[in-house]
Amino acid sequence: MTENFEPTIIGFTCNWCSYRAADLAGTARVKYPPNVRLIRLMCSGRLDPAFVMKALAEGADGVLITGCHPGECHYLEQNYKALRRFLLLRRTLAGMGIEPGRVKLVWASAAEGVRLANEIATMVEEIRALGPLRWPRWHTWNGLFIEEKSRAEGVPA
Amino acid sequence: MTNNAMNQEPKERIGVHVCHCGSNIAGMVDVEEVARWAGEQLKDRGVVIARDYKFMCSSLGQELIEKDIQEEGLTRVVVAACSPHLHENTFRTACSRAGLNPYLCELVSIREQVSWVHTDRAAATEKSKAVVSGGVERVLYSEPLEPLHVPIHPATLVVGGGIAGIQAALEIADAGFPVILVEREPSIGGHMSQFDKTFPTLDCAACILTPKMVSVGGHPNIQMFTWSEVEKVDGYVGNFTVTIRKKARFVNEELCTGCAICQEKCPKKVIDEVYEAGLGYRKAIYTPFPQAVPKYPVIDKPNCTYFQKGTCKACQKFCPTGAIDFEQQDEWITVQVGNIVLATGYDLFDPRKVTQYGYGRLANVFTSLEFERLTNAAGPTNGNIVLRDGVTVPKTVGIIHCVGSRDRNFNNYCSVICCMQSLKFAHLVHERTGATVYNFYIDMRTAYKEYDEFYQRVLEEGTLFVRGKVAEVTDAARLPGEEGKLIVQVEDTLAGKQRRIPVDMVVLSAAMVPRKDAKEVAHKFGISCNANGWFIEKHPKLDPVATMTEGIFIAGCVQGPKDIPSSVAQGAAAAARVLGRIQQGEIALEPVRASVDQDKCSGCRICNNLCPFNAIIFHEDRMVTEINAALCQGCGTCVAACPAGAISGTVFSNEQIFAQIEGLMRVNFFTEPQSAVA
Repeated sequence: MTENFEPTIIGFTCNWCSYRAADLAGTARVKYPPNVRLIRLMCSGRLDPAFVMKALAEGADGVLITGCHPGECHYLEQNYKALRRFLLLRRTLAGMGIEPGRVKLVWASAAEGVRLANEIATMVEEIRALGPLRWPRWHTWNGLFIEEKSRAEGVPA
Repeated sequence: MTNNAMNQEPKERIGVHVCHCGSNIAGMVDVEEVARWAGEQLKDRGVVIARDYKFMCSSLGQELIEKDIQEEGLTRVVVAACSPHLHENTFRTACSRAGLNPYLCELVSIREQVSWVHTDRAAATEKSKAVVSGGVERVLYSEPLEPLHVPIHPATLVVGGGIAGIQAALEIADAGFPVILVEREPSIGGHMSQFDKTFPTLDCAACILTPKMVSVGGHPNIQMFTWSEVEKVDGYVGNFTVTIRKKARFVNEELCTGCAICQEKCPKKVIDEVYEAGLGYRKAIYTPFPQAVPKYPVIDKPNCTYFQKGTCKACQKFCPTGAIDFEQQDEWITVQVGNIVLATGYDLFDPRKVTQYGYGRLANVFTSLEFERLTNAAGPTNGNIVLRDGVTVPKTVGIIHCVGSRDRNFNNYCSVICCMQSLKFAHLVHERTGATVYNFYIDMRTAYKEYDEFYQRVLEEGTLFVRGKVAEVTDAARLPGEEGKLIVQVEDTLAGKQRRIPVDMVVLSAAMVPRKDAKEVAHKFGISCNANGWFIEKHPKLDPVATMTEGIFIAGCVQGPKDIPSSVAQGAAAAARVLGRIQQGEIALEPVRASVDQDKCSGCRICNNLCPFNAIIFHEDRMVTEINAALCQGCGTCVAACPAGAISGTVFSNEQIFAQIEGLMRVNFFTEPQSAVA
């Protein structure tokens, strides 16, 4: 593990709750570490597990998935589907040797700016403790290091 | 899955516009550096111009973007400024003015999500670069789209017949459009109909409310469903299908004349927990109060002797028009409406929870609503303020403010009306009994027109004010003169000492709390509640009656505690918004929709059960799935689920999200240089 390791986290947010919670945290000037970068989706149900894989493959050390509290989904029940996918994904990731703590699911309503900020801060510390992921972004499927050029040509990560 | 965004030749001409937002962003983010970086480092991604400007949302800022589109031939625009929920529309409109499809403009937030939440300028600047880079990659995959135009059905559903709902219904109906008003209780009127006087003018609540109720009842454009509840809401803005359950009244409304003989003859007396707040009685067949609208009574089935024991039928026997119908069943009525106004009001906080104040245990501790009924001339005591025994006039009355509000143990919020309500109570006690009145308050809040003048008036009348949170109300006498009294133990924070004040009657100014089924209702209508349970408005200042869900508006206390004038104002405001919609005839919706590429669809039907809006149809003959764009709400769950990648979602396509991830991860100053990884 490197000294002063600063993790990078990709956060997926729901347009109706957690993205608005993030907006609320901003409006209320609640502070949290700058390690997280948020992507807005319409619903946590939109989260294709491939997005998480992609983020990790691109060098993210952790992925935060956020959605409306169970029972409060703007689209009635799609966050339950997100939950199901998350549980499956976590098993898949565990099979690939990725610590379960790197991908986290948090429910945050539009009113929970402070809560979301706290969850982000906690997660940054947890990932910091886990250390960098260094997922084989630079390696082929059999572990060989690849040049950026060939990687860019579409060799599967 | 990689879409290799990184090494395509730039095919688009992108403009990056970074906003200072005065010092809101520039104070924490080096915006010039972000713009410079984007101009240099993202050149190979197609960025041809990158600028920063003091206020991008100002007309000059927008003109700058428009000029760049026209002069530089931009085909994509990225604006780095505030949240898309605030100004996405502003910048999209600016783009379309300059001839660029508005959906080719991407607004990325470096204010709410960067400058306002971070404290390290260097890190905030780097994160802003990442955010801009994510936006640039994403916008490369944006498609030109047209908003969906949806016609607006001219009818409106108003849920809740309190003063806010009444106002909203009347405004819309007076403008000539149909309104369907649904009320859970047998009569409209809401809490206001229970009050006697209204602060600060002390005009009689019934005198100002009942004419409005009568106008609602007789309005040709208002169809009223009382003793009814909304069961189900389907559809979307412009075209909701609402199922209303009309509970059986057991009274034929067409025959009933409202003569009230049935109520007179009914032998069964029941404590009226709703309208009389448990202080008075009603019959098993009843209208809540004489001026009820509609005038038809209802039979309270669980308390009716006939329904419980099989004999009686006194009401039927005496009804001169034969309107009583014991066979009546609940009816389900389906209506089409374009917009919905929710005005379902509030509940009173149950002061039993504050055990030290003794409500429910000490007879002469009253809630504010009970006290309203005591003072009401049509109430159980004909307006006489008396103790629970029904005869004794109190000589001293203590009114406790902030019961269940401004209290960490219950609700942190201020319940808004209690100070003024308590002052009104103090005045009424003075006027009607001449008793000594103590007001125990934490802070006196008398904002708004003529409220503080009323406070001055009550002060001059000789009401005693004790500043301090009451610790306890007890009947355990310790000192001479306390026997038989209720003792209010309070720290007088102005005098700096503990006091024990014996009184005959205690009134608890209990908080307003959300309806106990508020969450359920919010879910039914697809809107959200805040942590306390009040419905969330679209914007707390600038859009107080709209909600995040198009076509659903809120008015009155559902949105938060408020007094009658504010509730009326909100009811009218919601009506104005609805009328604007109806007048336009149609509404433009975000074209965020999923669609199936039928050549790719293998007919596996995995997506078929995912849609809660039934937008996914399966064609058995061709073994392919199709999505009905009119029903699709754009959540994207099916897009994420399709194993063949046959479903795509506009505005949030896989390509856009993958590209955004790549862009966000391009700037990675935290970790070691990437070359060192090998």
